[in-house]
Amino acid sequence: MMRDLSMHVLDIAQNSIKANANLVIVTFDIANNRFLSFEVKDDGCGMSPELLAQVTDPFTTTRTTRKVGLGIPMLQQSAEMSGGSFRIDSTVEVGTTIQAVFDLKNIDCIPMGEMCDTLLALVILNPDKPDFLFKATSNEATAEFDTRTVRAVLGEVPLNEPDIITWIKESIEEEFKPILEVSFL
Amino acid sequence: MKTLAELEAIRAKTLEKVSLRKDSDDSVRVVVGMATCGIAAGARPVMLKFIEENQKRNLNNVTVSQTGCIGMCRLEPMVDVLVPGKSKVTYVNVNPDMVARIVAEHIVNGQPVAEYTIGAQESK
Repeated sequence: MMRDLSMHVLDIAQNSIKANANLVIVTFDIANNRFLSFEVKDDGCGMSPELLAQVTDPFTTTRTTRKVGLGIPMLQQSAEMSGGSFRIDSTVEVGTTIQAVFDLKNIDCIPMGEMCDTLLALVILNPDKPDFLFKATSNEATAEFDTRTVRAVLGEVPLNEPDIITWIKESIEEEFKPILEVSFL
Repeated sequence: MKTLAELEAIRAKTLEKVSLRKDSDDSVRVVVGMATCGIAAGARPVMLKFIEENQKRNLNNVTVSQTGCIGMCRLEPMVDVLVPGKSKVTYVNVNPDMVARIVAEHIVNGQPVAEYTIGAQESK
C-alpha cells in the first residue's frame, strides 16, 4: 500500500518516464476543499488496447525482475476506497492519461503527504528528459511550475546542480504548498 | 517571490563550477531504487536527504540518480554508492537517519558503513 497520495503521484509519473515521454503534465484540481482530481498526462509510447485492458490487474507488468505490477492497481484502490474514481486512457504513439479522483474528507482517504517533495524529486531525478508541467487549482488559488521555462534560462547548466535545486525547491513550495499541503478536514 | 532573474544569477555563478567538473572524473554516484516497491518503502525522503547532505557539505562531485526495481523489494529502500576505482556498495533498508553517516563515512572518508550494507543485513 502507498501511505499517501504524494507517493502515488511519484510512482505513477515514473510510468510516463519509462514510456519515454518528452512532456509530463501533472494537474491537481481541488474543488470545494474536498474533491481532489489528479491527472498525469504524457506523450510517451502509449499502450495497445490489449495491454490497456489488463493494466489494472496486479499480475500485469512490463518489468522483468518480478511478476507483479502494483502501481496502477494500488492507485485505483486508493481512489475507490475514498469514494472517488479512476480512469486510464492510452493510445499507441500518442501517450497515456491517468486520472484519479479522491474525496479528501472521506475517513478512508489516505492523506496528501509531502506533495512538494514529490514534485521536486521528479524534476531533479530527471534532469535531461522529460519536461514537467505542474499545475494546481483550488477555489481560491492557482499554481504552476514548468521545467521548460527553467531550462530556457539555464542553457547548458543541468537542473540538478545543488544551487539550482534550492531555487526549484523554493519555487515549487512557494507555489504549491498553500494549495496542496493544507488541512482538508 | 522566486523570480527567473534570480535563477539567471544562480546560473551565472554555477556555470564556472560545471565546466570545471567536466574535466575531472572523481565523480561519485548515489543510485536510489525508485520503483513502486522503493517508493512505498520510503525511497523519496532518503533520496532528498542525500541531496541535502551533499549540499550541506558542498560535495559538488556527487550525483544522485534513480533506478528501477531489481527484484529484492523486501530490502527497499536500497541505495548503491559507486566510488570510481572501488567496488559498488549496496545499502539496504535505508532510512533518512542513516544517510548522514553514509555520506560522512563512505563518500567523504572512503569507509563504507559495513553494518548498513546488504551483506551485513542479510546475515542477520
